[in-house]
Amino acid sequence: MQLLQILWERRDFFLTCLLEHIRISLTAVVCAGVLGILAGIWISRHKKAAGMVLGVINVIYTIPSISLLGFLIPFTGIGNKTAIIALTVYGLLPIVRNTYTGLTNVDASVLEVAEGLGADKKQIMFGIRFPLALPMIISGFRNMVVMIIAMGGIASFIGAGGLGVAIYRGITTYNMTLTAAGSVLIAALALLSDWLLSKAEKAVNRRYGIE
Amino acid sequence: MNKENSVVIEIRNCTAVYGKNRVLREVSLTVDKGEFVVIIGPSGCGKTTLLKMMNGLVAPVKGEVIVNGENLSQGDLTALRRRIGYAVQGAKLFPHMTVEDNICYVPCLERKMSREEKRALAEKMLDLVEIPAELAGRFPRQLSGGQKQRVGIARAMAFEPEILLMDEPFGAVDEITRRTLQEEMQSLRQKTGITIVFITHDIEEAFKLGSRILIMKDGIIWQEGAKEELLSNPKDEFVRRLICR
Repeated sequence: MQLLQILWERRDFFLTCLLEHIRISLTAVVCAGVLGILAGIWISRHKKAAGMVLGVINVIYTIPSISLLGFLIPFTGIGNKTAIIALTVYGLLPIVRNTYTGLTNVDASVLEVAEGLGADKKQIMFGIRFPLALPMIISGFRNMVVMIIAMGGIASFIGAGGLGVAIYRGITTYNMTLTAAGSVLIAALALLSDWLLSKAEKAVNRRYGIE
Repeated sequence: MNKENSVVIEIRNCTAVYGKNRVLREVSLTVDKGEFVVIIGPSGCGKTTLLKMMNGLVAPVKGEVIVNGENLSQGDLTALRRRIGYAVQGAKLFPHMTVEDNICYVPCLERKMSREEKRALAEKMLDLVEIPAELAGRFPRQLSGGQKQRVGIARAMAFEPEILLMDEPFGAVDEITRRTLQEEMQSLRQKTGITIVFITHDIEEAFKLGSRILIMKDGIIWQEGAKEELLSNPKDEFVRRLICR
């Protein structure tokens, strides 16, 4: 009850935080999505680079998020920009890996028939390979979105905005309710996004006759 | 040049390797317009490699392949392939496309087609392979094995190719469906005069369909001829065992 009360009483503050959180997350999602899918496509065509690229991304992924933010400060300072870069870098792993796996796991004999029927490289990639990998790519994308939204909560430790501000302020002022309210909003945002994306996923699958 | 009897496929002393194995050893072959050539032989004899050479999916390490007067090592492969139908075992339809989109795949590679054009083409092709037009909107997984195979043939023929390459197209369907499909192939050939190269491992199918039969073994063409020639004059024990029923 305290939770609802604080949410209502300080609704302007929470709304600002929420919008800022959405803005930061969305920017990171777009950056990581575009970069990740392009990188996944690229390494699926250059198999020799795939191991290395995935390895590097994996290593970055193992760096604790708080220290990654710290590492970035000397280069990009504090604030939203640094947060967006860190979130983007983190978000890469699921999307690159799923794009790569999806693209490389398409039935080779189907691709060969497309080639035999006279499709060129681009037509095979965007007409056959990519759509067949799409369910896998979307599931990676969902993972990434949830992760970025959740991790966005830490971004306020380096002076970025978002719901992390509420959490951080709650911690430093021993106001557990404030911390809880921020966390609940982050969780709700993540769940809502995931639910919306699951709807999109179903629509895509229906379009492509997969059930 | 005599159009009736012109050579459409010519393979000159072709050798192909797969890894370290030589899967074809200096094979030469010509196919005339309108022929129905059936290739038969045990697994690993190189028959699929020979077929894939005809649309450039496999390039010979030695020798030349000439299709419709074009040398495959120099020509534009994608343009040439669109003029050659290709159907394989299990059909390998594109699972994310409807029957209609599968059938219109090759013409759509060339140019954008309107909805009406696609529907008309799909209807025409479905009629040719004797599938009800209502199935045009279905996805491949909603079809039976025989229907998939027929759609695969329709897809191979939609751009009106002069040559049709078929790699065990009826390998994965039941006996009754297979017999029907064989009869349909014969009538299709009569209707269109298309040149067909067809792989099978079933000697009865080879005898039934082929105007000429190539028997392959260990990467070479062991013996070739019409059914009667092979039956009356088998080269050796291997051929005799293959053709006795």
